[in-house]
Amino acid sequence: MAAEIQKQEHVDTRPPVMGPGHNFDSLTQKIIDIVLMRGFKKGWIFGFAIVFLGALMLFNTIAYLVLKGVGIWGNNIPVGWAFDIINFVWWIGIGHAGTLISAILLLLRQSWRNSINRFAEAMTLFAVACAGLFPALHTGRPWVDYWLFPYPNTMGMWPNFRSPLMWDVFAVSTYATVSLLFWFMGLIPDFATLRDKAKNKVQRTIYGMLAMGWRGDARHWHRYESAYLLLAGLSTPLVLSVHTIVSFDFAVGIMPGWHATIFPPYFVAGAIYAGFAMVLTLAIPVRKFYNIEDFITMRHIRNMCKVMLATGLIVGYGYVMELFMAWYSGNTYEMFMMKNRIFGPYGFMYWLLILCNVAVPQLLWVKKFRDNLLVVFIVSMFINVGMWLERFVIIVMSLNRDFSPASWRMYYPTIFDFTMFFGTIGFFLTCMFLFIRFVPMIPIFEMKTLLPESKVDEKKVEELVSGKGPLGATPLPQFGD
Amino acid sequence: MSNRDKNNEISPIREQISQQIKNNVSGKKGREFWRSLEELSDTEKFRDYLHREFPALNAPETDPGMLDAGGRRNFLKLMSASLAFAGLTACTRQPDELIVPYVSTPDGIVPGKPQFYATSILQGGVASGLLVESHQGRPTKIEGNPEHPGSLGGTDLFSQASVLQLYDPDRSQAVLYLGDPRTWGDFLGEFRSAVDGQRTRQGSGLRILTENTTSPSLADQLKQIQAEFPQAKWHTYEPDSRDGARMGVQMAYGEPLNVVYQFDKADVVFSLDANFMAEGPGSVRYARDFIGKRKLTGGSSEMNRLYCAESTLTVTGAKADHRLPLKAGQIESLAREVAGQLGVSAGAPGTLSAEAKKFAAAVAKDLKAAGGKSIVIAGEHQPESVHAIAHAINSALGNAGSTVVYTDPIESNPVNQWASISELIADMNAERVDLLLIIGANPVYNAPPVKDARSGREVTFLDAMKKVATRVHMGLYNDETAAQCQWHIPQTHYLEAWDDARAYDGTVSIIQPLIMPLYNGKSAHELLAAVVNQAGKTSYDILRDYWKTQMGAEFDQKWKQSLHDGLVAGTALPARPVQLKADWAASLGPVRQGRSEIVFRIDPTVHDGRFANNSWLQETPKPINKITWDNFAIISPKTAADMGLAGNEEPYHATAKMIRLINAGKTLSMPAWVQPGQPDDTVTVYLGYGRDRAGSVGSKLGFNTYSLRTAGTPWIATDNVKFEVGEGTYVLASTQEHFNIDASGIDTDAFIPAENDLTARHIVRTASLEEYRKDPKSVHHGAHTPGKEMTIYPGWDYTGYAWGMTIDMNACFGCNACVVACQSENNIAVVGKEMVIRGRIMHWLRIDTYFKGGTVNPEVYFQPMMCQHCENAPCEVVCPVNATVHDAEGLNVQVYNRCVGTRYCSNNCPYKVRRFNYLIYGDWDSPSLKNLRNPEVTVRTRGVMEKCTFCVQRIMSAKIEAEKQDRKVQDGEVMTACQTACPTDAIIFGDINDPKSRVVELKKEPRNYEVLADLNTRPRSSYLASIRNTNAELAGKNGQGNNHQG
Repeated sequence: MAAEIQKQEHVDTRPPVMGPGHNFDSLTQKIIDIVLMRGFKKGWIFGFAIVFLGALMLFNTIAYLVLKGVGIWGNNIPVGWAFDIINFVWWIGIGHAGTLISAILLLLRQSWRNSINRFAEAMTLFAVACAGLFPALHTGRPWVDYWLFPYPNTMGMWPNFRSPLMWDVFAVSTYATVSLLFWFMGLIPDFATLRDKAKNKVQRTIYGMLAMGWRGDARHWHRYESAYLLLAGLSTPLVLSVHTIVSFDFAVGIMPGWHATIFPPYFVAGAIYAGFAMVLTLAIPVRKFYNIEDFITMRHIRNMCKVMLATGLIVGYGYVMELFMAWYSGNTYEMFMMKNRIFGPYGFMYWLLILCNVAVPQLLWVKKFRDNLLVVFIVSMFINVGMWLERFVIIVMSLNRDFSPASWRMYYPTIFDFTMFFGTIGFFLTCMFLFIRFVPMIPIFEMKTLLPESKVDEKKVEELVSGKGPLGATPLPQFGD
Repeated sequence: MSNRDKNNEISPIREQISQQIKNNVSGKKGREFWRSLEELSDTEKFRDYLHREFPALNAPETDPGMLDAGGRRNFLKLMSASLAFAGLTACTRQPDELIVPYVSTPDGIVPGKPQFYATSILQGGVASGLLVESHQGRPTKIEGNPEHPGSLGGTDLFSQASVLQLYDPDRSQAVLYLGDPRTWGDFLGEFRSAVDGQRTRQGSGLRILTENTTSPSLADQLKQIQAEFPQAKWHTYEPDSRDGARMGVQMAYGEPLNVVYQFDKADVVFSLDANFMAEGPGSVRYARDFIGKRKLTGGSSEMNRLYCAESTLTVTGAKADHRLPLKAGQIESLAREVAGQLGVSAGAPGTLSAEAKKFAAAVAKDLKAAGGKSIVIAGEHQPESVHAIAHAINSALGNAGSTVVYTDPIESNPVNQWASISELIADMNAERVDLLLIIGANPVYNAPPVKDARSGREVTFLDAMKKVATRVHMGLYNDETAAQCQWHIPQTHYLEAWDDARAYDGTVSIIQPLIMPLYNGKSAHELLAAVVNQAGKTSYDILRDYWKTQMGAEFDQKWKQSLHDGLVAGTALPARPVQLKADWAASLGPVRQGRSEIVFRIDPTVHDGRFANNSWLQETPKPINKITWDNFAIISPKTAADMGLAGNEEPYHATAKMIRLINAGKTLSMPAWVQPGQPDDTVTVYLGYGRDRAGSVGSKLGFNTYSLRTAGTPWIATDNVKFEVGEGTYVLASTQEHFNIDASGIDTDAFIPAENDLTARHIVRTASLEEYRKDPKSVHHGAHTPGKEMTIYPGWDYTGYAWGMTIDMNACFGCNACVVACQSENNIAVVGKEMVIRGRIMHWLRIDTYFKGGTVNPEVYFQPMMCQHCENAPCEVVCPVNATVHDAEGLNVQVYNRCVGTRYCSNNCPYKVRRFNYLIYGDWDSPSLKNLRNPEVTVRTRGVMEKCTFCVQRIMSAKIEAEKQDRKVQDGEVMTACQTACPTDAIIFGDINDPKSRVVELKKEPRNYEVLADLNTRPRSSYLASIRNTNAELAGKNGQGNNHQG
């Protein structure tokens, strides 16, 4: 077996998608041990305590926000949107990597995705949850947010179907629903494994319920595969559509700096860019902490770096095009907008953005850097920050100096802008901690398909079935072993 | 709650309390009026019910004045109730004035329809005619009285805001003795003995201090007092004393005279530091007359020309065709220079710059050419010599008697007020005063110190006043002076009491109240009556008695007519022929030289401090610099640079550096505001801030600049004046970042040359008169408006009314009256300094100020900006819940109930005229302020967007009226609040589907343009470009200097 793997390596010089020496059993055991272990690792408790404080900060901020009003933030006239929508777009963008990995890479049969897809999907889900908080709470009267939904009512009032915010409601809610379904569906076989391996009644009951009666029946598998593929197909356009629609929030507006046709592709690329950066930011420490370098290998890291490099270049192209269009349009407002971005009072933000999103990621061209986890981690952090800055540049810097010079005004965040933002990071990480501890973060059954044992040899199968093979009439290995 | 519910709920209470009534009624002593038996019985349950039903009447029980807060209508109810139940107790007093209960409805009163009453506001004692809107007895909105010569329908911001002062919960509400509440009766008892003590001494220890007054009846009362107490003295003082003007005319003509300027007859106006459009008596009228000569509408291409030499950039200077920044101390030199060139010998001028000399030469030439159709006017804070020279020039030019008319003084006591207050202080300090009566004034805060003749030390009013045995203060507020007097009497507001006064031209107005005194106030008349043993007499009686003697026959008829009209017909003082004194120039001293100087000016929004507790005025951005809630030291860019004050750190907040002002040993650290157009080496400070006891709004705001004044220098301090860089910084709440229209503050030529950043937007369009005459369309050069046919979508047909507006930028002089009027009409909330700094001011209407041409002497343009009601409104498309929609008449309407508060509409508004309630900004709690609100406009709560509605409530009531009569709304029937307030008729509103309407006529003017029209928003509001009548000899002078502001 080991010889086979080495033979493979001779053919393919890339690092493996799974470390050597694993079989069905060891793989299952390693993954479920993290979930089914007794008690908690000290490191986990420590980390969780910190991020949960962050989550509490978020809950407090929300309570105060609903009580007092959005005036606790720094938003003003003309800057009606600031941290709220920046954070919304930032979180939504981060979510995109998960969907891309699980759906598009599945359809493209990129088997290396198998170890990171669950992780990325969970990230998507939590990121969307954080993202959703902002548009829901940024309104002046959040208790009437439901008016944005087209529900039949006695007033005969419908939302304004021309408003991109209305489209947002559909885009984001669809996205959240499909992501949740996709994620949960992928988990069902693994929940069944956990149920079967459970060490006590509580675990067995909970995971049993979550497994929804999964028995590993061939018909289950058949239907599961079709449904999963369908959901993947459904998710694929969402990768493109959600951020396209988010970009419409700006592109449909008439503000210079918003009103640009390049926004949809530029936003989608940016979202994937940000998403992969966040996956790396999370994966690098996690694989170290849980010793799962076998499953999330350098191959994954490298591939993700390459995706980042590619999308980063698209984003960079977007920046260049914005400059070009401002100049080429000859439009005084557009030209001034660009000038203000670069040389205006917030100019340093623009230069920081270029540093984070365009300059630093170019390190990834160098193979040595792609293999250096520290460098990759740092670059990912730069991109995380850079993508946030990008939204700041687009949203705040377009609004604060628009058509009417007499209304120009600076925007300054308040403490509550920060507690809300860092609170969502705390909340997000809290969810991630719970996810890692209670849910298999690596899809067990999908990983198994990467093992040589799972490679089906038609002849062998025939022999086995007919009982003529060297093993005699041994039954087929069962899932869950 | 429906009526039925109300009745159901009330009946069990009735039964339950019937016993209690019997118990309570017999012992009831405290209350004079009650509203019902239930109230009289005062059960807990009834009180709950009452407060639920009439939250506006939810007055604190501890507050005796609040009982009357319900206003006229409730007062009438109380009256009828008390009459009906008079038999229940014997202690119900009735006022003696005739009151008509609603039982038999007076003619014309329809519940829900406002009534308008003519009255007048006093400013510096001078009347300005008003029509006050009253909703069932509650005055809510001030309008100008079109028949009154001082108004002609326009108002200023102080009149507009005075209605808030009426309801101010911080107003003094009880007679106080050493801070403890007393009754009026208690006071009268004590006062009587104090007055009787004076009687034996012929009143030698009695002093009465009033503010400036023109009231004939008050003067009559004071005359009576003087007859009874020949040794008593009447002093007059208020900070805006106008001594220079008063003494200047005396210097020129040898007698006190009132000067009336007729700007409607003047082709050339030369202002010597006079802000005549915004300060002083008649300013509202002067603004209208002056602007009326430069409207350029209806094919006219004639304009008057204004030359303005100024020590501080004011709204008048901003409208000047040629403006010369000049030190206040050098104004006299300029006046002498001009006088010399016109052959008036006014002494040798001091050294003047070449620029000033050229300016003087051009002015002199133009004045001469105008041939008696010109005006030379000196600023109120300029010394008497400048005024005298101005009079001499007017006399020489033949203006006296034609454009400058002299009448008998309108003031009852035309004295040098600075001298008058100084004499009072000296008398008090010498312990010659035993009984001091201060009426309306706040001298502890605002009187100048006096140099003691013996010790040579400066004596403040407070030091001296403490030596007076009995001190009585009457005022609207329990202020700095009240705190230092044993007795304090709450004074009535002008909307609460009968009074009379003269307008700037002498026309008498009877001031009638619109509401019973809210806070147990007494009027000055009633207090003075107590001095001469007529304590019971009401101001109504005093006034009628006085005017009976004046009006003679047919008194009742004349009285009624005067009340109705708001003025007594034919009382304007006749012009008097005057002759310049031959030796007028003899008393001209040597001219001051241009040293460092501090100029004190009356604040453009809180006046001398009397409006400090008026949050509308505090939050009104001061013209030019747009700062709210503070005062500051205005300094020129060059002086700031020389001193090492780097300037306002814009756009990063309006953080100002501190500057230390030193005037003869007195120092004051203030934030320095670097303002283009300020003469170098001159610091201007506004009076009226730094108050200790203004009230919950106005105390501890800004810096007390009165403390910087010395005994000898009322307005312009030049001796021992020094400026030093102070410690630290100070954040000023400015509502607008300051840019030259031709420079955005980004000093790079990348993409577009820096000077084109803003000019290419064509937001402000201007031309000189010459250019305009050559090509009236030249103002639009380079601007682009997409044609209406350039769309594939069919347009909307507005078949009924189509509301639109024009704003004449040539007429707007940035006075802010419209801003406050809008606030008053539309219940707009005040947000406070912190929120202004955050950028959340709620004003629906703002006056954008743009500078053009350098920092030394920029041109200033005002552009009132409110919702433009775009036909292609960008805000409407993006609202997710249809909370902002278009109506069939072209109004862009905001549905507060539906608004969720996403703020997307505001983000997408190119004019940024939408305002968001980030927090609860409205005052929902103060009971008295509930009566202030316009009942036809929703009070907005937190989380909803709001903006200008074109006063949709006024449109609706006009439409209802028209529909009742089966006709269309006539042109001029709907006037927006900003339009009615505007003293210069700059804002015209109407139906653009009516080809004969004024708005359509104006939209046909060649100067007409729409702001940001290139966005194809198709605004319903349009602007008429600003034209300046520049003098070719001076052309190019304006706007010199470096090209961007620091």
